[in-house]
Amino acid sequence: MAVYEHLYGAYEGESHTSFSRFLVIPRYALRDVFKSKLFTTIFILCFIYPLAATILVYLHHNVNALALLQVNVRELLPIDASFFQTFLKVQGAFAFILTVLVAPPLISRDLSNNALPLYLSRPLSRTEYVLGKMTVIVFLLSLVTWVPGLLLFFFQASLAGLTWLWTNLWMVSAIFLGSMVWIILLSLLALAVSSLVKWRVVASGALVGMFFVPTAFGEIVNELFLTRAGHMISLWATMNNIWLGLFGLFVRQTGEIRGRVTTPIYDNELVNIALLEPPLWASWLAVTLICAVCVWLLARRVRAYEVIK
Amino acid sequence: MTSVIELEQLSVTFGKRPILKSLDGALNGRAIGLLGPNGAGKTTLIHTLLGFHPPTSGTARIFGQDITTDAKHVRATVGYMPESDSFIAKMSCVHFVRLMAELSGIPANHALERAHEALFYVGLGEARYRPVDSYSLGMKQLAKLAQAIVHGPKLIILDEPTNGLDPPTRSRMISLIRQIRDGGRARILLSSHLLRDVEECCDEILVLKDGHIVANCNLEEERKANRKFIELETRGGNRAGFVEGISGLGCEYALSGERRIKLIMQETVEISDLYRLALEHGVQIRRLNFKRDSLEDIFLKAMENGNAATNGRANNGSV
Repeated sequence: MAVYEHLYGAYEGESHTSFSRFLVIPRYALRDVFKSKLFTTIFILCFIYPLAATILVYLHHNVNALALLQVNVRELLPIDASFFQTFLKVQGAFAFILTVLVAPPLISRDLSNNALPLYLSRPLSRTEYVLGKMTVIVFLLSLVTWVPGLLLFFFQASLAGLTWLWTNLWMVSAIFLGSMVWIILLSLLALAVSSLVKWRVVASGALVGMFFVPTAFGEIVNELFLTRAGHMISLWATMNNIWLGLFGLFVRQTGEIRGRVTTPIYDNELVNIALLEPPLWASWLAVTLICAVCVWLLARRVRAYEVIK
Repeated sequence: MTSVIELEQLSVTFGKRPILKSLDGALNGRAIGLLGPNGAGKTTLIHTLLGFHPPTSGTARIFGQDITTDAKHVRATVGYMPESDSFIAKMSCVHFVRLMAELSGIPANHALERAHEALFYVGLGEARYRPVDSYSLGMKQLAKLAQAIVHGPKLIILDEPTNGLDPPTRSRMISLIRQIRDGGRARILLSSHLLRDVEECCDEILVLKDGHIVANCNLEEERKANRKFIELETRGGNRAGFVEGISGLGCEYALSGERRIKLIMQETVEISDLYRLALEHGVQIRRLNFKRDSLEDIFLKAMENGNAATNGRANNGSV
């Protein structure tokens, strides 16, 4: 089929493997994503905190620099599990912002332009289509979460020595796993919302709402009922607990208040009430359930044609 | 030789509603027309062949590959042009077609080359860098055709390719389909409401009604067979003798009105024999037509037969 001949001809060249075929989708999507100046600016801003953290790590190990800045090493944040957990929390917030910018049109645009039959009439399954779309988010969020997190960890290890590395090697899995749980949760949620809503703005709004509305509601529940159970419906609090758990920093009791209690033991007496976070397993369960619902929604919505039964 | 499409007791049900009912048959034409009234199951059949709907029972094969067990292989050999507006927004047409080629398994560099070629082939060469969303309806149809042929499929499925096209664009589309058909490198399955489109492009038709196959015929053979039907308009002379003479030649005939005679020519009888008979009986032959069944006749006949079959099934069911 040459241009000058204007004839139809079959393709007789080589083909790529069916395994890597879904990677065509993120390649095209990423090129589109970086066309947006707003996205590119925010993406660059995502590296400010890792840069600051790198400088902090460097200062910890450079006496001359500390002397020049007239700073005592004790005044600096310690480089420990808490440091890396905070790093993950900050980068996790940036990851959320990137998701809101990138994810909403991923499936909704294909739905509104009826592009799904075109994708699915190719040797590409529905699962591969969703995987392809998910790879866009996973790739971008990985670049701002566990990739800089691990680079920072190994930078610290290279300066602190082998002993520090062996003692803290477990944090590699905490950084990677903590990031991946957040990335998978965000990507599944975003794709599920994108498959439900055809308009980008509405999809972005819904995604933001899903994080902030339950969080606010959870806090109201906490205040009204003197509990921490409201954190169960807050995605951010749930995820924070998982990160704390992975870094070995999770404590169940996060507060104590004085209040009147009526139980078989106490008769409207003033006692100290411990405020207990939901158990770690409950946070893992909540995240798993949310992911399962998103997968179910995607399985229902990502179809070449909707069948009216 | 492997059939293009083989249907083996293929049934598809949506909920409790049967859409395709035990379809059986083999389609071998270079261009197969899929006809039927609205709701007959044409689009469902296409979607089932593409693996969008799983068969409730039975199966189908495309070039010998099972649509349920070899779905990916089947889709790699098929190009699909959907009926409705389908494109990927915010993408130039050449990138859109290239993406589709890559998803079919063509490496990136070859895919770009193929995308340019396909777009030139369908006549969108000059507009290939424009976003597809800015195209007119006719251009969008051509872009859909380009994405369906870019990977050089062995079977091209076209669902209502001329829908909403103005006459020049329609004629361009039809001529492209005929070119592909005559090239012989790909078979075509064309679903259309427009009998004229099917008549112009297809050499085999499959007529569906209420999820059943009511006709499956080779149009070429049908046309050849129909050449033996002749309609005469006569005036004056000994008409009765003329008719007897026709009968004597071994031709079946039917009188229609006072002047018209319809007859089926035997292979041994020539037109000159009719003129000779007319001369013998003093009959003037004012008009002689090769009465050929149009696709419309075939379609309407199939619909009537379908009605009879449906009634028959209903009666059997009630008994």
